[in-house]
Amino acid sequence: MSTPANFPGEPDSSPEIAREFGLSSDEWARVLSTLARQPSYAELGVISVMWSEHCSYKSSRVHLGRLPTTGPQVVQGPGENAGAVDIGDGFCAVFKMESHNHPSYIEPYQGAATGVGGILRDVFTMGARPVASLNSLRFGRPDHPKTAHLLKGVVAGIGGYGNCIGVPTVGGEVQFDPSYDGNILVNAFTVGIAKTDDLFFGVAEGVGNPIIYVGAKTGRDGIHGATMASAEFGEETDSKLPTVQVGDPFMEKLLLEACLEIFATDCLSGVQDMGAAGLTSSSVEMADRAGNGIELDLDAIPRRTKALSPYEMLLSESQERMLMVSKEGREQEVFDICAKWDLDASIVGRVTDTGRFVCKATPGYDPFDGTGAPDPVVVVDLPVDLLTNAAPKYDRPQKSRADAASIVTMTGDAPDDLGEELLTLIGCPNIGSRAWIWRQYDHIVRDGTVIRPGEGDAAVVRVFCQDESGTREKYLAVASDCNGRHVELDPFGGAAMAVAECTRNIVCVGGKPLGLTDCLNFGNPEVPEQMWRFAQAIDGLAAACSALDAPVVSGNVSLYNETDGNAILPTPTVAVVGQLEKPEHRLGLGFTCEGDVIAHLGRPSRGVLGASEWLVQHTGRVTGAPVGIDLDAEAALQRAVLEIARAMLLHSAHDISDGGFAVCLAEACIAHGYGARVALPAAEDAPAHALLFSEEPSRIVVSLPASNVDAVREICARHEVPFREIGNVTGDSLAIEGVCEVPVEALAERHAKALDDIVS
Amino acid sequence: MKVAVVQFPGSNADWDALHTVRDVVGADAWYAFHKSTSLGDADAVVIPGGFSYGDYLRAGAIAGFSPIVASIREFAGRGGPVLGICNGFQILTEMGLLPGALTRNAHLRFECRDIHLRVENDGPFTDMGRGTLLKLPIAHADGRYHTTDEGLAELERHGQVAFRYCTPDGDAPNGSDANPNGSVNDIAGVYNRSKNVLGMMPHPERASEAILGNDHGLSLFQSLRRHLGLQ
Repeated sequence: MSTPANFPGEPDSSPEIAREFGLSSDEWARVLSTLARQPSYAELGVISVMWSEHCSYKSSRVHLGRLPTTGPQVVQGPGENAGAVDIGDGFCAVFKMESHNHPSYIEPYQGAATGVGGILRDVFTMGARPVASLNSLRFGRPDHPKTAHLLKGVVAGIGGYGNCIGVPTVGGEVQFDPSYDGNILVNAFTVGIAKTDDLFFGVAEGVGNPIIYVGAKTGRDGIHGATMASAEFGEETDSKLPTVQVGDPFMEKLLLEACLEIFATDCLSGVQDMGAAGLTSSSVEMADRAGNGIELDLDAIPRRTKALSPYEMLLSESQERMLMVSKEGREQEVFDICAKWDLDASIVGRVTDTGRFVCKATPGYDPFDGTGAPDPVVVVDLPVDLLTNAAPKYDRPQKSRADAASIVTMTGDAPDDLGEELLTLIGCPNIGSRAWIWRQYDHIVRDGTVIRPGEGDAAVVRVFCQDESGTREKYLAVASDCNGRHVELDPFGGAAMAVAECTRNIVCVGGKPLGLTDCLNFGNPEVPEQMWRFAQAIDGLAAACSALDAPVVSGNVSLYNETDGNAILPTPTVAVVGQLEKPEHRLGLGFTCEGDVIAHLGRPSRGVLGASEWLVQHTGRVTGAPVGIDLDAEAALQRAVLEIARAMLLHSAHDISDGGFAVCLAEACIAHGYGARVALPAAEDAPAHALLFSEEPSRIVVSLPASNVDAVREICARHEVPFREIGNVTGDSLAIEGVCEVPVEALAERHAKALDDIVS
Repeated sequence: MKVAVVQFPGSNADWDALHTVRDVVGADAWYAFHKSTSLGDADAVVIPGGFSYGDYLRAGAIAGFSPIVASIREFAGRGGPVLGICNGFQILTEMGLLPGALTRNAHLRFECRDIHLRVENDGPFTDMGRGTLLKLPIAHADGRYHTTDEGLAELERHGQVAFRYCTPDGDAPNGSDANPNGSVNDIAGVYNRSKNVLGMMPHPERASEAILGNDHGLSLFQSLRRHLGLQ
């Protein structure tokens, strides 16, 4: 077969262009041998973007299969636009998390904004109305010259998009570490609600069915964005600005409302948003899932600029665009609803039975200004399979870190004034108040935010599930977590800790975890030490998800987070969706009642300081012995706390994480301005500072009326969870017996100002 | 009570308003789409928050040209009670139904948090008594109320200031962030001269249920009920 036509001005494909598009020489050879001909320029663009790490998961696919993805509650596992879990009465929660790291570093406002736009589309494409968003952010060291600019831009971008579209941003997390100086992380999560029977899928079903393009017109923005996201950064990164897309949340709001209205008419057989690799990946993936082919008429693509070539149209990542496959003869219903919402819609192709991705266009014809007349020729003709299942898949070499055996077990020198140490920690950017961030997000729109940011270990949102029988109110808990420092010291244990902390946060607000989505941010997979971290982390996630009954239902991989050879901390971010049986079960993190008993649940600290914020501050390094995690003990703790929350025996629950025991207590005091007097629990003899600031997992601090102590103790005993009464809510200072006493007012003041030095 | 909640393209607190007046207050409530020219037989109209037309040009500017606007003018002109919340307030000023304008917050950021208000004058939505203190959430980037010196004197003289921002104890902000956006005279909400049209930046419809941690907003809708002679 002869090579489809190049467009005027396009060079013939060549090994040099293939390399420029990100293909290796082996991959170029594979293209030639599979096609048995030279690809056209546009075809080479299509192949390179579909074979990019971002779209093909070529380095990660062999490992992702080890993650547990099933369970009775799972409605939709990985492979679709988003995953879904059952929340009862025929409804499901649809959710996913996705990275937008590379664009956000180049242009923080638009990079972050379009990250939010993309994840929202992934969720409403499934037929779900988005009800809450989270974001997980990583920046370089607080005093890095770019950090302030990036933090302000990213937060404004997330707010600018999410606030406008009217989905509450209810929480998230942020960490500052020098490893992110040249590669920030922006991971965006959205959950939506759908009727399980009415979920929509990205399938191009029904040979002959029309393919309808809906939404914003196509421009040149974001061409090869997916390829950019699959390479390291170097000095020339700043010149990649044109690969960043620009978002329009107003357009997305119209698209959201129109889509949900169109879905309700049942006139579609499939739908997919145009995300990374735009028109190409959306049509190819839809054809692949249905085992069909697709033929596109590129002359019909709505456009906003002159002289777009097939290559540009196929690779553009212009935002706020959807591809729909309507049922035969029902196109007009789609057009009518789009007209109501002032959206463009046009038929741009048909589903075929050829198993091929075919595109036609007219050289010299430009519908934008009417130049020429349509007389299309074939410009792309590729087997769909070549772009999907037959894409490269690598089991890349791994090597455990050279210095793994020689990690210095530093514990830091014991400080004199532990009260001053606590004040420093509670006021540092990694631990103090995030109010400057979440106040810029509308976290209450849709009248459902029952636990707001900062009030609990997870956010709780009321969702309205409407069907023929009326409206039911249900309560979802959402949280995201990961501490890359613990993953760096111990990739298996650290990744397991991320899952454990996230599900622990859900039970601390009274919810039962239902499912998990992940966003796996790592360095260059071609570096064996990085690949080893990735593989270990997958095993850690898998072990924890199994132990804690949180199947993975969706996710995303972001590799090549390196600049000039410096990789980020391995950061397998996870987000968990849980459900409360009743709103009365909800718990905040702060003490609420003078005289309450304070208790410590779980095995007390052994004083292991590895990877803790305190040790990093005192040594300047991520170091120390890994803290480890006992997943059986963690699961027992979470079962016990959920049972106690449901019995409504507690006034508050807060898990011990970043900053350790002392910070946990301080946060519980600051929340509503109560003091506390407690003993410092210890499992082994260790220095006070190590017991105060260790970040060992599987520990929760609760407050409760004295009259409930026996009942809580009994439940803990039944689950074999250590229960220890450690003190009382009292006075106006946090007093840790024999260690320190700090006024709550002083803690609160430092806590509130934690980000001031960066943002003011 | 029958309430029309106007839906512009980009309205996003339309659900908040509908849910509150229908499911919490117990009114018969419906959406009035901006391309329609009818408000139905509404007793009252709510223009909800959001980003109508993406805030393009200026917040609220383009919404003033939608087909439904003539009906809103007519309804307000015959004394019908109209409540504009957040973007709804911005739209009412752009329509000229309320005096003044809303500009970018003094600190230039979008801000979402609870603030405190003092009821300044009676009206259909504010019969709870002058001096009553309310806690309500805000969520806006363009909430800084401005008007001319003469306009301000008029507002004050005719008792059109419905709410002022204040400290939790009811004291004047005196330049503190108790006034969250830099509004002149700490103004958080204003009536028109005939007091049937109210615009306010804070969101009463997001604080009308105990489950949300605050039901102070309910008092405005109860006031409206009484104004309409309903119990």
